[in-house]
Amino acid sequence: MNGQDAAGAGIARRRLLMLAPLGVAVAGGAAFWTMLSRMQRGTFDPHDIGNPMLGKPVPAFNLPALAPNNGFSSADLLAAAKTKPVVLNFFASWCIPCAEEAASLAQLEQQGAQLWGIAYKDDPAKTRAFLDRYGNPYQRIAVDATGNTFIDFGLFGVPESFLIDATGTLAWHIAGPISDSVIGGQLKGRI
Amino acid sequence: MIPELGHFALAVACALAFAQAIIGIWGAHRRDMRLMAATPGLAISQFLALAGASLALVLAAAGDDFSVVNIAENSAIAKPLLYKITGTWGNHEGSILLWGLILGICGALVAGFGRNLPSAMRARVLGVLGGTSAGFLLFCLLTSNPFLRSFPAPVDGRGMNPLLQDPGLAFHPPILYMGYVGFAVPFAFAVAALLEGRIDAAWGRWVRPWALVSWCFLTCGIAMGSWWAYYELGWGGYWFWDPVENASLMPWLTGTALVHSAIVVEKRESLKIWTVLLAIGTFSLSLSGTFLVRSGILNSVHAFAQDPARGVFILGLLGLVIGGSLLLFALRAPLLRSGGIFAPVSREGALVMNNILLCSVCAVVIVGTMYPPFADLLLGQKISVGAPFFNATVLPLAIPLFAAMAVGPLLPWKRGRLWPLVEHAWWAAVIAMIVAGVSLIGMRVLPALAFGVAAWLILGSFAEVVERTLLFRAPMANSVRRARGLPVAVLGAAIAHAGMGVTVAGIAGMSLASNKIVEARPGDHFKVGGYEWTLISIDDATGPNYAARVASIAVTKDGRQIALMHPSRRNFESQNQTTTDVAIRTNLMRDLYAVLGDERDGSAVLRLHVNTLAPWIWLGGVIMAFGGGLSLADRRLRVGAPSRIRGAVPA
Amino acid sequence: MPQRQGKRFFFEKKNQKTFVLWASEMAVVLLMLFAAGPASAISDPREMLANPQQEARAEQIGSQLRCLVCQNESIEDSNAALAHDLRAIVRQRVSAGETDSQIMAWMVARYGTFVRLKPPLSLATALLWFTPVLALLVGAAAALLGRRRVQEAPQPLSDAEHVRLAEIA
Repeated sequence: MNGQDAAGAGIARRRLLMLAPLGVAVAGGAAFWTMLSRMQRGTFDPHDIGNPMLGKPVPAFNLPALAPNNGFSSADLLAAAKTKPVVLNFFASWCIPCAEEAASLAQLEQQGAQLWGIAYKDDPAKTRAFLDRYGNPYQRIAVDATGNTFIDFGLFGVPESFLIDATGTLAWHIAGPISDSVIGGQLKGRI
Repeated sequence: MIPELGHFALAVACALAFAQAIIGIWGAHRRDMRLMAATPGLAISQFLALAGASLALVLAAAGDDFSVVNIAENSAIAKPLLYKITGTWGNHEGSILLWGLILGICGALVAGFGRNLPSAMRARVLGVLGGTSAGFLLFCLLTSNPFLRSFPAPVDGRGMNPLLQDPGLAFHPPILYMGYVGFAVPFAFAVAALLEGRIDAAWGRWVRPWALVSWCFLTCGIAMGSWWAYYELGWGGYWFWDPVENASLMPWLTGTALVHSAIVVEKRESLKIWTVLLAIGTFSLSLSGTFLVRSGILNSVHAFAQDPARGVFILGLLGLVIGGSLLLFALRAPLLRSGGIFAPVSREGALVMNNILLCSVCAVVIVGTMYPPFADLLLGQKISVGAPFFNATVLPLAIPLFAAMAVGPLLPWKRGRLWPLVEHAWWAAVIAMIVAGVSLIGMRVLPALAFGVAAWLILGSFAEVVERTLLFRAPMANSVRRARGLPVAVLGAAIAHAGMGVTVAGIAGMSLASNKIVEARPGDHFKVGGYEWTLISIDDATGPNYAARVASIAVTKDGRQIALMHPSRRNFESQNQTTTDVAIRTNLMRDLYAVLGDERDGSAVLRLHVNTLAPWIWLGGVIMAFGGGLSLADRRLRVGAPSRIRGAVPA
Repeated sequence: MPQRQGKRFFFEKKNQKTFVLWASEMAVVLLMLFAAGPASAISDPREMLANPQQEARAEQIGSQLRCLVCQNESIEDSNAALAHDLRAIVRQRVSAGETDSQIMAWMVARYGTFVRLKPPLSLATALLWFTPVLALLVGAAAALLGRRRVQEAPQPLSDAEHVRLAEIA
């Protein structure tokens, strides 16, 4: 009868409602599972905030030299990139992963890539000592003492690197050292 | 040898936990008296084994046994003995062992204090606790074993983060975990009741003391953590809505709702589904919090080892415990019979609103904390959610909660009217408005209103006591006699609610603190907050594993010396880290707060604060916990009060 | 030797003096509540702008910007070098006369919306910002559904039951 049907419908609706917390928990669990498995595979990194300068033109700058090399400006960078993509690497002597990166950068140089470096907030004498110790893979080096260019590129640590292509845009970015796997993987064919 | 014994004890505990789970649940299902009677013994043995394992770890740490990997990574010969011992739980593996130990303590306490529970209920509760323990101990043994050894043993350990070598932080984990993990007991009661298929008033009475005790510990743990941040981080901040802080706040919010909701189950046999869901939810939030901070998904200062592999195991454990209990809820909850209808304006109605508001705040904290990784996963967008967001969204929800908190206890059960509330609490409202009005004259709007709210909470919370004792309306002797006859829980509730008001006042006062940052040479004077501060000198000092620069600052007022403060900066060679040691002098109404910063060219950077009412922030937390603890002393809650003659009755 | 008697304790000169001193300190504390300015978290006085209103504005903007190397602190709260540089840039732009939204836009152009501690309201963040309202609605709905269940009217009587009722009444 009507009342019993209503009661039956009421109980069915309640049963559905009681499933809601379980539903939320299952959805949450599935999401976390996805996050964890992607983190293990390397396709998901909650700590990687990306860089919004990617795909945009190179920000303007003009940085002084690290003697005896010449400094360079964004115009120089754009000009050089027209011939061949340039890898722009921000580094410092006080940065331990930069020392680990030196070997990979040397490999890049041997492959004939254009590699330009910017020393961030570093004592010039210490930078020179660093380059003497680990080798100098850069064709040109500039010094960013204030850190303003670093900020203009949207960086927050060293080492970080960009790839500038012929159109003068920032085509690729990595926050962290360039390793051999990166050279063989992400950078393959682009330099 | 000792680490081996500890390892063995851990394995035994794990086996006992499995046995406890299987025998408890199966015995209750089969109504097998012998099996049910065996469970308490298993619970106590499991606890003893865990105590042994923990003791072994502590002994190995105190004895500088660096062949144990965990101790080699987290301790050093030069570390003071106290921190060697407390450091056993300051790392991932040790903290998991602490989780297990406290679960074991909970089981032993239920076995000991639950003698008057029907044996089926007790067996089921212990069974669920055993199952949870078993999962955790298995996780510990397989992925986070603190007893792993390495040969050859290093000569010295790699020390520990100097930030953790601190009395406040040393004792923060055990107290916090007692709260966190303690909610496993209400959870176990909820699952046991769902397995049994019914919840009655007695269940409400059994659950409440366990929920209250855990809540008190959690309140103290959170207050301690906040206070630690205040004196350690060096600029007076005390709450950052950091994901790990939020992970401890979430179970606190639902735990508060649980403590209140259980009252309704006990008194009116109503709100059963809410209460069961809250009990399951609170422990689920504790577990999830543990998972999140160890998984590497969250960006946080506190986060432990970032290890996705471990995260997978805990996720599986979570799936079993949370998924299982919520599935049971979905199947059995519709069968629960509810009693007592009530009018919207009634104590039950107010408690429903209380539940809704607290759970809404909890929902905001959950969504805010989890939004960044979810947005990244589902939308590919990098968004960050920080303190400004939480402050903006939690405050509008907290205001109605504070307004109702003070006068909720004045409402009668089943059906009430709003006018008596006005009658009984008008004086508190008037004083609160006066306080707010006076404050508005000289202060910014938000702190002024906060002071009004604080006054309302502190005074209004006692409105019920004033009513019941006919204070100022009957001769004092009568009032005193009535007060003695009041149930302790009424006083406890009033004190706890007032404690919240004290915290609000502290937060408001702190937001009005005076401070100055200066470059000082020895002999310079400054005026800050109505006091004169003079830098006398900066000297060198050494400690067991650090070298320090110590400043001496004299604080005077009208020529009279109030304090001599010694802020310092410590350099820990082995960790290559420098920490600042803030100097604080308190008289419980204001904190004098001095920090020594960088030194250059003979002058030092000093931060000088007068933090008005800052101590009240944490004092309020202590008062809340005290109020909760006082409620436990209520004779009505003592399950063991009846005589032993009755003994356990098979249900 | 005359002992201190309980009732007289308060009125002894020394205790009175202590109480008066404590009370005057408390009065100062209460007065300070009315005289205080906003809190700051910088660690170097040389960073601060000379103009207090500009400094206050710079701190307000800074407290909305995340320190990217710190894990959950604003650039005002952090001691990191990058935070120091960003604070300097904020102050430089504030004294140059830029508006709050211009400075925010400058930061967001370089670091993305991630640098904002309070996410802007957009389609993606709508759920986030509407959570308080949604949670209240869901809670209220759950409570109302619960009440309706409890108050379901008793089922109407069948014909046979009507007859029986007539017999009894």
